[in-house]
Amino acid sequence: MTCDEAEILLHALIDGELDAGHAREVEAHIAGCPRCAAELAAFREMSKAIAEAGVHYTAPPGLRRRIEASLPQATPAPSRRAVLRGFAMGSAVSAIAATGLVAIVLRNDDAQRIESEVVSAHLRSLQAGHLTDVISTDQHTVKPWFNGKLDVAPPVVDLTAQGFTLIGGRLDYVDARAIGAIVYRRRAHIINLFVAQTANTQHQAARTETIQGFNIRRWSDRGLNYWAVSDLAVDELVDFGEKYEAAMKTGTAG
Amino acid sequence: MPGRWIETGRAEASSARAGQKPMPLNAANDDPEKARRFRDAALPHLDDAYTLARYLLRDATDAEDAVQECYLRAFKHFDSYRGPEMKPWLFAILRNVCRAEFARRASTPTAAIDEVTETAEQAPLWHEAPETPETQMLRRWDADTIRRLVSALAEPFRETFVLREINNLSYREIADVAAVPVGTVMSRLARARAMLRSAWMAEEEQPR
Repeated sequence: MTCDEAEILLHALIDGELDAGHAREVEAHIAGCPRCAAELAAFREMSKAIAEAGVHYTAPPGLRRRIEASLPQATPAPSRRAVLRGFAMGSAVSAIAATGLVAIVLRNDDAQRIESEVVSAHLRSLQAGHLTDVISTDQHTVKPWFNGKLDVAPPVVDLTAQGFTLIGGRLDYVDARAIGAIVYRRRAHIINLFVAQTANTQHQAARTETIQGFNIRRWSDRGLNYWAVSDLAVDELVDFGEKYEAAMKTGTAG
Repeated sequence: MPGRWIETGRAEASSARAGQKPMPLNAANDDPEKARRFRDAALPHLDDAYTLARYLLRDATDAEDAVQECYLRAFKHFDSYRGPEMKPWLFAILRNVCRAEFARRASTPTAAIDEVTETAEQAPLWHEAPETPETQMLRRWDADTIRRLVSALAEPFRETFVLREINNLSYREIADVAAVPVGTVMSRLARARAMLRSAWMAEEEQPR
């Protein structure tokens, strides 16, 4: 490799843009060329100095308000919601960070705490490869998969015809114990339906809540507690819950 | 052609991620659901967009206007957004807005020429690398000084430099935003860093 080539490529090396083979070639040249080695060191030093000085600008609050105001208003989204949704759609690292955030805002109330944990579990599930332990659109595959893994048999309902595609099941941990999660998809939105046993066999009507930008529909029926969690709009999540409950009543659960 | 050395893994990874994102539906511009999805996707990049506009336009008020216009246009075209990444998509729009602003400035000769431009013209653009640079340590400048030095870089080197070093885009993404081949991005970046280093060291020689 010539110095002319190295002079360009050392920048790609600094920026981590070279594949392993070419990185080795540039490094080999630099090892034998003090001039290019000095160049590399100087540019690294400069990049570091810039990063440490912090030369970003922060958008003025007025600008953010004007942009917000120019958009059609739905339910005004709190900014934290936007941040968290960004996390949920981003990398695994971000999802972990978001889980950390959720942990910080835990409230003491027991039901609230569990709902926060359910949201955390939902966020964890959005990390690559964690969404489903068993992948199937067939309720008769997903339901038996839970056998022996839980002390309850989560009712798995096929709601494809109603617009909610069953995509699988997963074992998760909420409130320090194993819990079943049935995973549905609505367009590109994931719904985690968490199912856990409860001593109370009375039917409890559904209520919805929003925690950290995620909507939760919670209800109890026949000794089971349900939490449906998603970034879907509230009305769609309510629709999901109602269709699920309706399917349970007509006994189509697998 | 240096571009062929570029690792493609990053671009593939980003398009793979794009598959999981909610795809925009066809919806009217007054659709609150569309507005919500746009907010969630685009507003987290507001500081980055504003930073880019500040460096491109070198004026706080113009930068605000450009970013606002960029978000308006982006929302209008959000239906056609297919990923892979929101930030480069927004930046490409912002860059066009800023270029329109340049054209406007050029057509109004009475507009004040900001003094940074003059500094840029006076500043030496290209220094030969010193013979024994390994003995030289770069001085640490504060943020304001670095901002001034970066702002004084000539285009298109400033744009390439800011996209890479400050906004943290990959070479592929910069190539897409600036609509040039990756090889051009690499040579511009090398030149930009060399110019900045010259200005960086020249700064030390000036009486302060």
